[in-house]
Amino acid sequence: MSQVKADAKAPTGARRAAPMSPHLQIWRWHVTMAASIATRATGVALYVGLLIVVGGALTLALGPSAYGTFMTVMGSPLGLLVLFGLAVSIFYHLAAGLRHLAFDSGKGFLPATANATAWASFAFGIVAAIAVFIGAFMIKG
Amino acid sequence: MVEFALPKNSKITKGKHHAAPEGAKQVKTFKVYRYDPETDENPRWDTYDVAVDQCGPMVLDAVLHIKNTMDPTLAFRRSCREGVCGSCAFNIGGRNTLACTHAWKDIPGKEISISPLPHMPVVKDLVPDLTLFFAQYESIEPWLHTDTPEPQKEWVQSPQDRVKIDGLYECILCACCSTSCPSYWWNQEKYLGPAALLQAYRWLADSRDESTGERLDYLEDPFKLYRCHTIMNCAQVCPKGLNPAKAIASIKAMLVDRVV
Repeated sequence: MSQVKADAKAPTGARRAAPMSPHLQIWRWHVTMAASIATRATGVALYVGLLIVVGGALTLALGPSAYGTFMTVMGSPLGLLVLFGLAVSIFYHLAAGLRHLAFDSGKGFLPATANATAWASFAFGIVAAIAVFIGAFMIKG
Repeated sequence: MVEFALPKNSKITKGKHHAAPEGAKQVKTFKVYRYDPETDENPRWDTYDVAVDQCGPMVLDAVLHIKNTMDPTLAFRRSCREGVCGSCAFNIGGRNTLACTHAWKDIPGKEISISPLPHMPVVKDLVPDLTLFFAQYESIEPWLHTDTPEPQKEWVQSPQDRVKIDGLYECILCACCSTSCPSYWWNQEKYLGPAALLQAYRWLADSRDESTGERLDYLEDPFKLYRCHTIMNCAQVCPKGLNPAKAIASIKAMLVDRVV
């Protein structure tokens, strides 16, 4: 095969460089596009979230007063919101991972199917996170 | 490279408004991307109030109506007006499609935006520069490669093998898919894009072709093939209902198959 020709740009007689046509600015998203970027975003969120887990273990090792501070921070409304976001991230990322496993084995490529699995992944992420929170608050009593 | 915003010379300004002729019964507003390379001005959005009761049902009918009756300076490509030539591919109402096979009634929203295929250098108005796109197509060598001596009559193919290139050979190279793909937006210098890859698979899947190994060698590259992240925009917008994402997955599977 030949490589893509390096000079694959048409010479223009224009006075200035050709403008770039609008892309994200005008695009009307499909749910599959949102699912794709959400997979990456939740992956990044989980990486950052791991630092919170490390913080928990570290304060636990440092003793009761340090861990008490950690509990206060994570138990605050903002802390709980972050934890809920992480719970959504982990369940969404799990579902998206399975979806990509299906893609890699050549399945689920019909647009209608890909749309349905994208919506299902979002729904699973949110519903499973709510279930975990309900469970956690029931244990707390 | 990922750049979400448009470069300075590409920011779109507000343009002219063209009112509908008096006595128009049904009016629909079209917001059209305009760029004139002969001036030193940025691109602009011109709006046209089209008397749609006086034009045909397709977006191309409306665009031709604009050019014929409202503004002859509008530049765009068109030829067959029946979804075969692939010339009139634009971004219409936020999605890439062929203006000739898409009815303006089916585009949601109060006004219908029409801009050139996304993230491409613009030659003029709705005409993008597709030189790189076709160079990428050329690079996959879209013709039959054979080593065996040429047969007396033709290269024979069984009906069962012929079926394997259904959904592949129908591609008209309109570039709707490649220019819908964010991976192609950010890495079009290195990633071949959905259209070239669908065609690459069309030759890989052809039972008569004898250079499968070389074709796969060429594609086995972190960028040329593997920039596909199954975002699925290609299959969502293809005006011929083809599925480049699936073809790309099939190429990936062939690359796995030959090493395991």
